[in-house]
Amino acid sequence: MFEEFLQIDLPALLIVILASIQCALLGSYLLLKKQAVMIDAISHSVLPGIVAGAIFSGALYMPAIIGGALIAGLLAIFCVTHLQIVQKIEYGAAIGITFTAFFSLGVILLETQIDSRIHIDTQHVLYGALELTYWEQPLSLETMPTTIKTLFIMLCVTLITIIFCFKEFTLTIFDPEYAASRGYKQSAYTALLYALCALAAVSCFQATGSILIIALFVCPAACARLLTQNVKHQLIISSIIALLCAVTGYILSAPLPLWLGIDTTLNSAAAIACLCGLSLIVTIIAHKS
Amino acid sequence: MADFFAQHYNMIVILLSTTMLGISAGLMGCFLVLRKEALIADAVSHATLPGIGIGFLIAYTLEYDDGRFIPLLLSCAALTAFLGAKSVQYITNHTKLHPDTAIASTMSFFYGVGLILLNIIQNLETGNKAGLNSFLLGQVSGLTRIDLIMLFTVSVLSILLIYINYKTFRLLCFDKTYAQLIGMKTKITERLMLLLMILIVCVGLKTVGLILIVALLITPAVTARLWCNTTEAMLVTAACLGALSCAIGVYLSSLYTLPTGAVIVMTSFSLFCLSLIIRKLKHV
Repeated sequence: MFEEFLQIDLPALLIVILASIQCALLGSYLLLKKQAVMIDAISHSVLPGIVAGAIFSGALYMPAIIGGALIAGLLAIFCVTHLQIVQKIEYGAAIGITFTAFFSLGVILLETQIDSRIHIDTQHVLYGALELTYWEQPLSLETMPTTIKTLFIMLCVTLITIIFCFKEFTLTIFDPEYAASRGYKQSAYTALLYALCALAAVSCFQATGSILIIALFVCPAACARLLTQNVKHQLIISSIIALLCAVTGYILSAPLPLWLGIDTTLNSAAAIACLCGLSLIVTIIAHKS
Repeated sequence: MADFFAQHYNMIVILLSTTMLGISAGLMGCFLVLRKEALIADAVSHATLPGIGIGFLIAYTLEYDDGRFIPLLLSCAALTAFLGAKSVQYITNHTKLHPDTAIASTMSFFYGVGLILLNIIQNLETGNKAGLNSFLLGQVSGLTRIDLIMLFTVSVLSILLIYINYKTFRLLCFDKTYAQLIGMKTKITERLMLLLMILIVCVGLKTVGLILIVALLITPAVTARLWCNTTEAMLVTAACLGALSCAIGVYLSSLYTLPTGAVIVMTSFSLFCLSLIIRKLKHV
């Protein structure tokens, strides 16, 4: 039983913990920029990149998939920004057009590759496959699932960037004019933030599916936004909420039914997304009264 | 000629009803885009998923039609979609959160609940459960006679309603205060608009799927906006573009057995890109 926990539940828990902190931190900044829907565009748009990466490498080769997804995500961000700024199309409409086009391209690619040996299906991409991670010899570095390594590196990159650019991010978001007068380029920091978001979405995607990414990005950050006015507190509170939601959601969905002797498990990504939403509902109610 | 109709009867009926859907979605999308509320459609379409699950579970427990009783599924979907739209409005109006945040959080929450319900349904012992997945990405070949009749009637109904209420809708897009001043019932009209959008989203679910139905609403309208400066012209162009992309999409997808929703969206996006390029060339 304990062995089983270490092999199946521990890697999944590690993945959701690493993913949740990273998503919540970046989500807070997107939220403060009033561009929370951008993550919707990114998380749907990486699909064609993932499929293309898998097709080109001929297998589920992680670097190719991550590379493809990253290119697709950045391309989508570029499209949205281009439509919005150059073509003068309203922000929401630009996002709607872009993500649906990318997503449907991905669906078509998936469908045409159905007979090949590549194993990705739409379900997997939409719901995530947290349950499929498996750590052969628990706690040994050699057999550690690649997803965990990727997520760990990504979390470190995100944390380091946020710590080093904390002042710049905050200034360019809240007071672009003052930031410009101090010589900080708003467009550069916006691009950096978007790139980090795309990286986060890409590294989480394989394990968690698109829907959980959106939930983890937006809901904990929104809770924190209601609870505090301070950017530092915002970052800390949102990560704590995301962490709690992720761990409870996973335990409720996968190991708990088994411990109780029920034969079926729930989809962990969906359960975590629900908990994130519930935490926002509770926060709104508490905030009102 | 009569022979041709008899042979392709199914295809013609499907083409006709999806084209109607394209027209009604194109018209409705214009008002959404003009009111700068395009992404509400995204939240609404994702919020239909729990409704589909609930509808299935109700019909299943009542042992009606193996659970896949489409009118019940769609009315439950419309109900949760309405709830989704209302919660976006509530969060926007009653908290300091930005509408963007409200849309994204509502969407992810409803979609998560819907996925859990589908998860539960998949664990039930019934042969028809797999059919629910067609709501995610849409599959025209899965459309039954009832689906097509519903698709057709609802589309025609919404086109008529838009035609009747055209003046109020237009005023709401451009000058809400003036509309209120001259005594128009703006609240009722806004609710009517929302209901029409939900209706279109719900009947479109089985054709385009809930993730991509947004494109049917937004893309033709934005493309039309590139070309037109009056509301009438924009509506007509959007309706034509919507009809065209639906017809071409259905045809192509049946030719190459591809997912219909995705092909329709790609067609509509190609028309959009083409418009951008032509506009650019004309300016230079």
